[in-house]
Amino acid sequence: MARKTTSVLPGFKLSLGYTVLYLSLIVLIPLACTFWKTSELTWGQFWHAVAAPRVLASYRLSFGASFLAALTNLFFGLLVAWVLVRYQFFGKRFVDALVDLPFALPTAVAGIALTAVYAPHGWIGQWLKPLGIQVAFTRLGVFVALTFIGLPFIVRTVQPVLEDLDPGFEESAASLGANRWQTFWRVTLPMLRPALLTGFTLAFARALGEYGSVVFIAGNMPMKTEITPLLIITKLEEFDYSGATAIAVVMLVASFALLLAINFLQWWSHRHHAPV
Amino acid sequence: MVPASMLQTPRRAAPRRVTVEPPFVRWLLIGTALFFLGLFLFVPLAAVFAEAFAKGVGFYLHTFNNANTLSAIKLTFIAAGIAVPLNCVFGVAAAWAIAKFDFRGKTVLITLIDLPFSVSPVVSGLIYVLLFGAQGLLGPWLSDHNIKIIFAVPGIVLATMFVTFPFVARELIPLMQAQGRTEEEAARVLGASGWQMFWRVTLPNIKWGLLYGVILCNARAMGEFGAVSVVSGHIRGQTNTIPLHVEILYNEYNFTGAFAVASLLTFLALVTLALKTWAERKNAALRGMEN
Repeated sequence: MARKTTSVLPGFKLSLGYTVLYLSLIVLIPLACTFWKTSELTWGQFWHAVAAPRVLASYRLSFGASFLAALTNLFFGLLVAWVLVRYQFFGKRFVDALVDLPFALPTAVAGIALTAVYAPHGWIGQWLKPLGIQVAFTRLGVFVALTFIGLPFIVRTVQPVLEDLDPGFEESAASLGANRWQTFWRVTLPMLRPALLTGFTLAFARALGEYGSVVFIAGNMPMKTEITPLLIITKLEEFDYSGATAIAVVMLVASFALLLAINFLQWWSHRHHAPV
Repeated sequence: MVPASMLQTPRRAAPRRVTVEPPFVRWLLIGTALFFLGLFLFVPLAAVFAEAFAKGVGFYLHTFNNANTLSAIKLTFIAAGIAVPLNCVFGVAAAWAIAKFDFRGKTVLITLIDLPFSVSPVVSGLIYVLLFGAQGLLGPWLSDHNIKIIFAVPGIVLATMFVTFPFVARELIPLMQAQGRTEEEAARVLGASGWQMFWRVTLPNIKWGLLYGVILCNARAMGEFGAVSVVSGHIRGQTNTIPLHVEILYNEYNFTGAFAVASLLTFLALVTLALKTWAERKNAALRGMEN
């Protein structure tokens, strides 16, 4: 792996060796074991485990709700980033710091807090109830929890790009006769596109695996409000280890695909924003 | 997965623009953004404390005067106390190798270090069950030697280590790459030993970035739910961490108790955000001085 270095700096072999060893012991070997465990199943058994109607319903919910939550955050995340970068208002620094709350707040706490607020008698739920909207213990609840979890991703990917944007572009557009909306739509937004896409993918990937915040608010009814990570836990509690592993492998493959997509997007946006 | 660039709230330049929206558009946008954040952030945050004190301060304190609550707090501190320092040492070692030397496969190594961020917490717990559980690869050997990992403290520590694995490394790698190697090379050429160079040159340069990574790592370690839930076995007073204890109280319909314990974690999250903002500002000041 290493080529001979002529560096005067010490500790290359020690630090790289320790890095690879620790990475293998904690991450790589346990992950590889999951795939090894699946290979004990025949294709028929594997297919039966990952394509049962109840499992398919959980994929639909997990992927669908994660997608809608990431889409919501795409819109509102851009709005929040815009407001934080472009405008001045009272309490802005406080709001800016609090945007990271979903990163810092334990997911179980987020779960019970959102459930309390959106339950039919909760602070927000009581206003939605007369409108016939029930959030807690429905699919809408899953969406609310996943929106909370994904909230900082788009704000934090778009914010730095928006800050570094050369005001010259918008000024030229304005001086060439574009109105504010045209300038935003035709000039600013295209420059934010790589950051928006990266943030969207990050939020989607995070939502897909999320467990803690969802289980409290979802109601967890099979076929209806049961997300895929919960199904893995259910299988484990039934001592169906191979079933749990098979579903876990499907989720791992989905996460790896998203990780590749994120790396590609970051490489692409780097190239996009490279100084000319 | 969380790229380092987005965890750092960047310093903003003084506003200078000719193109501004009319005031009512501005206030409409600010209002909509705050309304959205209110629905999803501020109201749930306030609800935690309101629910925690719903039955008064006496009941709140009573929740903590309980052997199971105290043992959950103790276990959380043990798990974070082992996982955070180990991942911290790993982070420094990985960043040193990656930022200061050239070798093939570096990009692959960085991607592999990030891997735990893209794995679902539930799957993170499951992989250790498959390795060390009764049905697992090493299960029979472990039970022959009377070693318990799953449904015991070592499993909780391992799961915590996995989910917090990349935090310090991913904070330090870009920071140390940006700093380059000239300062350390100068120290060596002037006769400093390896350790002298590390303590006097490297560490002072990376201390705020390191602190930042440790703060985030610790917050996740103390708050992890999904992964720990899979390996814990939920034995009260023995394998319950604070987040798992919140779940148990909640499922027993002791809502006020659940929120009281949750308020402790929420307080921790707020302290984390405050420290993080502070470390960011220090780091920005340090970088500003160099430029």
